[in-house]
Amino acid sequence: MSGYGRGVFARRRKHFGTPADKATYATLHTASLASPYLREGLTPAAAGKASRHLRDLLGTAAIAICDSSGVLAWDGVGGAYESNHRRDARSLAGPTLRTGRTAVLGVHDVACGDPQCPIRTASVAPIVIEERVVAVLVAYSERSSAALVRATEEVARWVSGQVELAELNKERTRAMEAELRALRAQISPHFIYNALAAIASFVRTDPERARELLLEFADFSRYALRRGGEFTTLADELRNVERYLVLEQARFGERLTVSLQIAPEVLPVVVPFLVVQPLVENAVRHGLEGTTGIGRITIRARDQINEAEISVEDDGAGSDPEVIRAVLAGESSSDSIGLGNVDARLRQVYGDAYGLVVETQVDAGTKVTFRIPKYSSGVHASP
Amino acid sequence: MSSAMSLTGIGLVIVATIGIGLFGLRISRTTSDFYVASRAVTPRWNASAISGEYLSAASFLGVAGLVLVNGADMLWFSVGYTVGYLMLLVLVAAPLRRSGAYTLPDFAETRFQSAMVRRICSGLVVGIGTLYLLPQLRGAGLTFQTVTGAPPDVGAAVVAVIVVINVAAGGMRSITFVQAFQYWLKLTALATPIFVILIAWRSGDHQIGVLHSLQGAAAEWAEPLSTAGGRDHPLYSTYSLLLALCFGTMGLPHVLVRFYTNPDGRAARRTTVVVLALLGMFYLFPPVYAILGRSFAPDLVTGAADTVVLELPSRIFPGTTGDLLGALVAAGAFAAFLSTSSGLTVAIAGVIDQDLLRTRLTRLTGGDYLAVNSFRIAALLAMTVPYVAFRLTGALSLADTVGLAFAVAASTFCPMLVLGIWWRRMSTTGAAAGLIVGGVAASAAALINVIGAPTAGWPRALVVQPAAWTMPLAFLTVIVVSKLTPQSIPAGAARSLVRLHTPEAVNVDRNPTPLP
Repeated sequence: MSGYGRGVFARRRKHFGTPADKATYATLHTASLASPYLREGLTPAAAGKASRHLRDLLGTAAIAICDSSGVLAWDGVGGAYESNHRRDARSLAGPTLRTGRTAVLGVHDVACGDPQCPIRTASVAPIVIEERVVAVLVAYSERSSAALVRATEEVARWVSGQVELAELNKERTRAMEAELRALRAQISPHFIYNALAAIASFVRTDPERARELLLEFADFSRYALRRGGEFTTLADELRNVERYLVLEQARFGERLTVSLQIAPEVLPVVVPFLVVQPLVENAVRHGLEGTTGIGRITIRARDQINEAEISVEDDGAGSDPEVIRAVLAGESSSDSIGLGNVDARLRQVYGDAYGLVVETQVDAGTKVTFRIPKYSSGVHASP
Repeated sequence: MSSAMSLTGIGLVIVATIGIGLFGLRISRTTSDFYVASRAVTPRWNASAISGEYLSAASFLGVAGLVLVNGADMLWFSVGYTVGYLMLLVLVAAPLRRSGAYTLPDFAETRFQSAMVRRICSGLVVGIGTLYLLPQLRGAGLTFQTVTGAPPDVGAAVVAVIVVINVAAGGMRSITFVQAFQYWLKLTALATPIFVILIAWRSGDHQIGVLHSLQGAAAEWAEPLSTAGGRDHPLYSTYSLLLALCFGTMGLPHVLVRFYTNPDGRAARRTTVVVLALLGMFYLFPPVYAILGRSFAPDLVTGAADTVVLELPSRIFPGTTGDLLGALVAAGAFAAFLSTSSGLTVAIAGVIDQDLLRTRLTRLTGGDYLAVNSFRIAALLAMTVPYVAFRLTGALSLADTVGLAFAVAASTFCPMLVLGIWWRRMSTTGAAAGLIVGGVAASAAALINVIGAPTAGWPRALVVQPAAWTMPLAFLTVIVVSKLTPQSIPAGAARSLVRLHTPEAVNVDRNPTPLP
């Protein structure tokens, strides 16, 4: 497909390729080559790989990227010229790093003794992230011009934007991790209270059952509150759902009917930790609370060749699709415990094609479905 | 042979297969009487399923045909098809399961962290799968021809259509119960006639003359390493065949996906042990058919040898007994290519879907398609290519074509798996080079075979049984290139190997990223 895209692009260029157009294309292309490296953040390795393309953009003899600790990357003339100029690049960058103002440095500041050296002047422009100068871009050339200074400034500004995106990405990952921690802590307090109350009611009448339930509760909390390991197997996750359901059934008795249709082939599939339980908790709530009748919950796991398809269905009150849409978009936190969170985590791990699919309507029950690829690189269960 | 009865048998196989598939899906229980732990697929079930998917037309019909024509050397097919699992057990089974890979390309990606190696593997899975589907279609054509007299093209087309519909509709899938049923069906179909014949022999109704007639041509036939059936260089050919079969099994795409169903590495090993027993039991019978065929159907030696299993019951028992047994065998043969073809089509389609089709469809439709449809298109493609190849290629014997698929697998995936699992310093470049060199060499040999192999001497031996030179060549390429390119050893190699070799219960850090 990408080959096809390039073909169309090349044909069009023949039709209306003014020199200005071509220059624009070339510039955009060079910029696009540099951007993936800059998105990794301003590390020496990434800056080193990006600097080659940045120098192409500016067309100067050499460029350097410096931060307060020294030269991060150098590209352009090498050998003795490089080592000479590399040494005093940090001091040239100093004023701009402090003030954030672009500087133009002349022959007496820059040039070394060697008359053959193509480095005689330099333009220094700041790379700014969130109003803080984190580094500078130094463009070395034989003579300086207003155009080159302007170009250096623009390239530095573009680099700032890319690095800022990298920061944003990191921020997002951190937020996701925080959210996962939050979800673990969020094993609903209602559930704990209700479960303990249900167990208490059996202590006198049926002490043996009370004991079994307490042990289930202990196992459940050990699993739900465990540390470390983002992933587990579907078998473990479903086992925990079973514990949860045993406790809920102690509370609701005959009112809660659960049916499980699990293809044994998908039990070893690695899934994000606590991905099914919140959906079941949601189904129990929606299926039973607010009614006095019987609530039916069906949990299915099916084998779909490369993927496992897991669904949780209840025949309860259902909800307005718009409300669910808002929950999944993160705009509302209503009472759908964890739906949005599970959705976000699935998308983060497996990509946008793997979010939750919710089928619901008022008075028509709710069915939540998601798919998990059997293999996804870097995803391993921890014991 | 009565075609009505045989067709009924075949019809029953189809109905039973689809029926169990549907029934298996409907089973549902409440929490009170069932726990997830008790539902994990046990090694026994899984082993039956693996054997059911593995025993193909080549095993059911082809081995007997080869022994019938070429004599004692061909018994190595029976041995080799089974011993492949011993290699799998010792070298690959548990580490592969612990890698978390579902398909071979998955393993390549997780071990070498390279999209390029993954793509090469995907291509090879499609290639080997196609080469393996070819004899299944031929077997289907033969069975239909024997049963109804219709030309082979028709039978192959019927099976291709049934398999595609079945796979696309989700009927056969990889449901363990269905495939396990297929194994026991095949074993019953193959064993029952033999036992009936033995009983008849004991009661003195039939004289089996083969044991008295080992003179002349028959003596050469029974002699190991003879040139019976016009095979040159029998010693080389035998060793080469054994290498291909022993080391090819681990590279068969439809076998490996089944190992994913095991809960852990230990279960994977136990499954493999049971598979060895089940296959050993099955492969006792094809040579018996060949020996009996020598006596009761000598005309097949120079004719359609692959049909000996189908023809034998009616030759020995003319009348209803023969018809019934014939129908049973035909049903078993049909089960053989139905299950293997379905397994292969699922495996190939899975790879086509995941690595080739889905990204394209997403771009073409802007993500507005159903994942199921992508798989259905892939399933259609996966069957169309071998069917076209089947129409274009000449009459290779069943087991020979399967042997070539094994040779390609042994020369590509075997070095990648064995060295990838056991050698820390294997580099990504080495893996890619080994796959390409082994793949090109073995596929070239396979292609020459399909087009028309040299008729005699060393060139023929080298092309018909290429594994003895292509497999060492691939191993050597991996080792030499890896030594030359130490910089492309994947960063997390040591960590990967820890994950592959540490039992699941041991608590170590299995993160894919190396420690800082």
